[in-house]
Amino acid sequence: MSDVLLSTRNLHAFYGNLQVLHGLDFSIATGGVTTLLGANGAGKTTTLRALTGMVRTRGDIVFGGRAIGGFATEDIARLGIAHVPEGRGTFSRMTAEENLQLGAMTRGDRRGIAADIERVYAYFPRLAERKNQQAGTLSVGEQQMLAIARALMLRPKLMLLDEPSFGLAPRIVEEMFVILRRLNQEEGVALMLVEQNAALALELADQASLIETGRLVMAGPAQDIGRDENVRRAYLGY
Amino acid sequence: MDLFLHQVLAGLATGGIYACMALAIVMIYQAIDHLNFAQGEMAMFSTFIAWQLMQWGLPYWVAFVATIVISFAAGVLLEQTVLRPLHGAPVLSHIVVFIALFAILNSAAGFIWDYTVKPFPTPFGTQPLFGQGLMSAHDGGMIAVTLIILVLLYLFFRHTRIGLAMRAAAANPASARLVGIRVGWMVALGWGMAAAIGAVAGMLIAPVVFLEPNMMISILLYGFAGAVVGGLTSPLGAVIGGFSVGVIENLAGTFIPYVGREMKLTIALALIVAVLTVKPSGLLGRRVMTRV
Ligand SMILES: Nc1ncnc2c1ncn2[C@@H]1O[C@H](COP(=O)(O)OP(=O)(O)OP(=O)(O)O)[C@@H](O)[C@H]1O
Ligand SMILES: [Mg+2]
Repeated sequence: MSDVLLSTRNLHAFYGNLQVLHGLDFSIATGGVTTLLGANGAGKTTTLRALTGMVRTRGDIVFGGRAIGGFATEDIARLGIAHVPEGRGTFSRMTAEENLQLGAMTRGDRRGIAADIERVYAYFPRLAERKNQQAGTLSVGEQQMLAIARALMLRPKLMLLDEPSFGLAPRIVEEMFVILRRLNQEEGVALMLVEQNAALALELADQASLIETGRLVMAGPAQDIGRDENVRRAYLGY
Repeated sequence: MDLFLHQVLAGLATGGIYACMALAIVMIYQAIDHLNFAQGEMAMFSTFIAWQLMQWGLPYWVAFVATIVISFAAGVLLEQTVLRPLHGAPVLSHIVVFIALFAILNSAAGFIWDYTVKPFPTPFGTQPLFGQGLMSAHDGGMIAVTLIILVLLYLFFRHTRIGLAMRAAAANPASARLVGIRVGWMVALGWGMAAAIGAVAGMLIAPVVFLEPNMMISILLYGFAGAVVGGLTSPLGAVIGGFSVGVIENLAGTFIPYVGREMKLTIALALIVAVLTVKPSGLLGRRVMTRV
């Protein structure tokens, strides 16, 4: 549990010349669940983008003992980091099942892929019913499920989730968090979760980090962070 | 009625040319989201390569296949060297490069092979297929080849993993990278395939219009017309569009008074405008349905 799957040192990120992350140090444990909290515009999405090479970065990122800073996004994916991006990244013109096929694009084992598609449908039965539907016409909740399912097809060691609850009805959010917990426990996938819904995120996570304007201001066990008075007032609303 | 049928047949024959070209245009458009103005000149240059290979004594089909392979490689190389650095550049930069490419290929062909019109052989023969010379065996062969390419493309894009990856890379490059697709290679592959299809189109068109550096200029316009009418995103639409343009221009030339040969191009352009007015996404273009 405690060995480190991914760690960053002095991580900076830029959009053009605009610097958005100012030296982040954090780590994610193998099989762990880490949540990243912060206000709008704090740099949560950018942090996830930095980890998968979608923005220009400086500093070190080490994943599974390998320095991946500066790697191309597709190569990072191939190493086993599945990023469920803000906005879900659905291939909207393709069917739900084609989206799942695309998730497994880095793999060559046809039989394994077919088996995994069935396994993913077991987690998300509603996707099985809609497998031939054009993905862009799925409901927001179904598209979010599809995005997670697609990420799972990569057989990732680490899954990055950017506000998976965004736009979802509370009941669907709860359903999804149950599935996320199962994925973490049954499949051993480590999760890095960015959430507006801090209460739920802190409940699922074992570690939490708080960023403000691109700087880490607090990190520690999720329970402790959840008890912190400032965090409670700012993110939990009590 | 007989005249009508004959004119449709003759229109299909020319339509085959446009359909072939439209197919190549749609391939590039799918891969890079831009219309490639140099597509016709690329096809023309490939056809000259085929001609040169035959001049050196290679049999027709050997030259045919070799030209396809060379064109594919050249298309990939062109993307990697000239267009890759333009990645993310504004549309105008692409247009300038396409125009430059157009001019360079055109004058290079003129410089190497000069501007005299050259005959180009057909593997299908020139005897009439239905009597009265409305459709020749070559026209029939050209239509058959166009349809075969269409079926192959369909199978490739629908039923192979790499075809799926190419579609994904074109539709949503950021997401494609996140699932590990090498988007750059997919774009290069798209260029290679479009160049290869263009080469086939050029080699089939050359026996009809004869080989010279300017052979593709008006055909490219008709090809664009076909591609736009078909919706730009659908290979099947491109082929249907190409045939429609051929048939309609032919019927208009026959049945509408005052529409002579000079007016045919106007008809093609009017058709584009008409289709886009009624159905902005073209006949088979996808209206992307998204929920937000
Ligand atoms: N593509 C971009 N180009 C330029 N600046 C950007 C871009 N994307 C984000 N930014 C800026 O970077 C900063 C951090 O943005 P980021 O999207 O990482 O925030 P966030 O914490 O995910 O916010 P939210 O909770 O609203 O999603 C913001 O100031 C934002 O304006
Ligand atoms: Mg965000």
